[in-house]
Amino acid sequence: MAQEITTKQLRKWLLAYAARIIENEDHLTELDTAIGDADHGVNMRRGMGKLQERLQVEGQSEDISAFLRSVAMTLISGVGGAAGPLYGTFFLRAATSPTNGSSIDLPQLTQMFRYGLDGLQQRGKAQADDKTMIDTIQPAVEAMEAAVAAHQSAAVVLAAARQAAHLGMKHTIEIEARKGRASYLGPHSIGHQDPGATSAYFLFETAAEVLTTTGAD
Amino acid sequence: MTKPGSAITQSLRGMALSHPDTIKVHFDPDFVERLAPAPSGKVAVVKGSGSGHEPLPTGYVGLGMLDAACPGPIFTSPSPVQLLAAVHSVNRGGGVLFVVKNYAGGVLNTELTIEIAMQEGIDARYVLVNDDVSIPNVSNRRGLGAATLACKIAGAAAESGYTLTEAEEVTRRAIAASRSMGVGTNINTLPRNGPNENLADDSIELGVGIHGEPGEVRSVSKGMPEIVDLIVHPVLHDLPFASGDRILLFISGMGGTPPLELYLFSEAIHQLLAAHNLRVERQLIGNYLTCLGRGGYTITLMRLDDELLQLWDAPVHTPVLHW
Repeated sequence: MAQEITTKQLRKWLLAYAARIIENEDHLTELDTAIGDADHGVNMRRGMGKLQERLQVEGQSEDISAFLRSVAMTLISGVGGAAGPLYGTFFLRAATSPTNGSSIDLPQLTQMFRYGLDGLQQRGKAQADDKTMIDTIQPAVEAMEAAVAAHQSAAVVLAAARQAAHLGMKHTIEIEARKGRASYLGPHSIGHQDPGATSAYFLFETAAEVLTTTGAD
Repeated sequence: MTKPGSAITQSLRGMALSHPDTIKVHFDPDFVERLAPAPSGKVAVVKGSGSGHEPLPTGYVGLGMLDAACPGPIFTSPSPVQLLAAVHSVNRGGGVLFVVKNYAGGVLNTELTIEIAMQEGIDARYVLVNDDVSIPNVSNRRGLGAATLACKIAGAAAESGYTLTEAEEVTRRAIAASRSMGVGTNINTLPRNGPNENLADDSIELGVGIHGEPGEVRSVSKGMPEIVDLIVHPVLHDLPFASGDRILLFISGMGGTPPLELYLFSEAIHQLLAAHNLRVERQLIGNYLTCLGRGGYTITLMRLDDELLQLWDAPVHTPVLHW
């Protein structure tokens, strides 16, 4: 029997993500002050506050697509800046991936991340090594796909995603920004970790913590 | 005026009070909508833009031009929340056409808005304005004066009953027939960047953007004809415009250049265009696309055909353009 992930677990994951971002607001601000316009921490914290409110409303649909779409709309309006539309696109596209209604299996979860990543690349027009959130999400999704193809458990798949995301995030320190505001700094952007890659890393860190406990509340 | 957000809100309130017969202003999310009723099935034309370029886009809302305009923060794209609110308010079932200057933020937010609108069953598309010849790489070209012209063409097409596809096509054609160049002169004071270095009296900055993006400083000591040569030749040679072409000449100040100087510029341009046997059929001169209070101007030439001429001449009733 394949492991199934329910809307309830996805909700728990995104609540953990919101809390992690809020804990790290100052860290994100510090990173964005170095190479951006210093608003990523504030914008993400504000958006996560809205997301917490939204996720705690009782009696919502358990349909996964509807759930992800409402997450997308909340992030678009709550985060603002460039990150709002980008995270919004990620979840809007994730919402169009195949599900079993109110649950998804591990390959479908992986596909959900793939849909989000493809949407993000199309929308932001960034590639790997541009020093953006793509540098975290793309290796993480590829690691998930490889682990799923090897019939690994949810724990292994999500641990692989977290590890790849972490390496990708750290890799942004070494490279020059080619997209976003940091690209105006050219070579001066080297030596700084990308704030968007950092906030995206927490998606995989919290997924590995929360989504591996199958069926448990 | 210390908080840009509140200055924009106050300015929008003032605009509503100044043009009570033409527009209404919605707040939170902010957008300006035309008062003239639009018939069912009419294509809605919407323009978002960072604030600081007034009268673009809000001054172009009204009969025969924009159905709605969404002003963002200073030099920052409006959000999909604003753009979607405008779409919901002005959609009459004929679809929505966005006019978008080629800047990353505007394209990002518009594409996302269109994706959401399409999921809701609203046919929405956008045309990209990229007429700035100072950027060699065509795909990176910024939107300049053709943004104002495209709003007029798209709005007239929509008012005349064009379908969404037809309005999109003719607006693309208008943009493809347009080329522009921005020129900076003297002082440039922007709120967040602080004062830029003054240009020497005998220098201009060729190819400046409308957000204070720098251009190439050129020393000019021989007066207006030399300045106009530097500015207009790249525009003429890019399309290229050819002897006998019918032209719409659009000169816009950037906000800090007095009309006196715009007309000095105009005289020299007319002489140069006549020397190239280009026929100036229509003109627009004044502050129509600005960069807050910076000194300088943009020049745009659009090659006219019968359809574009007819759409340009079609009635328009907005706070800024009316005929």
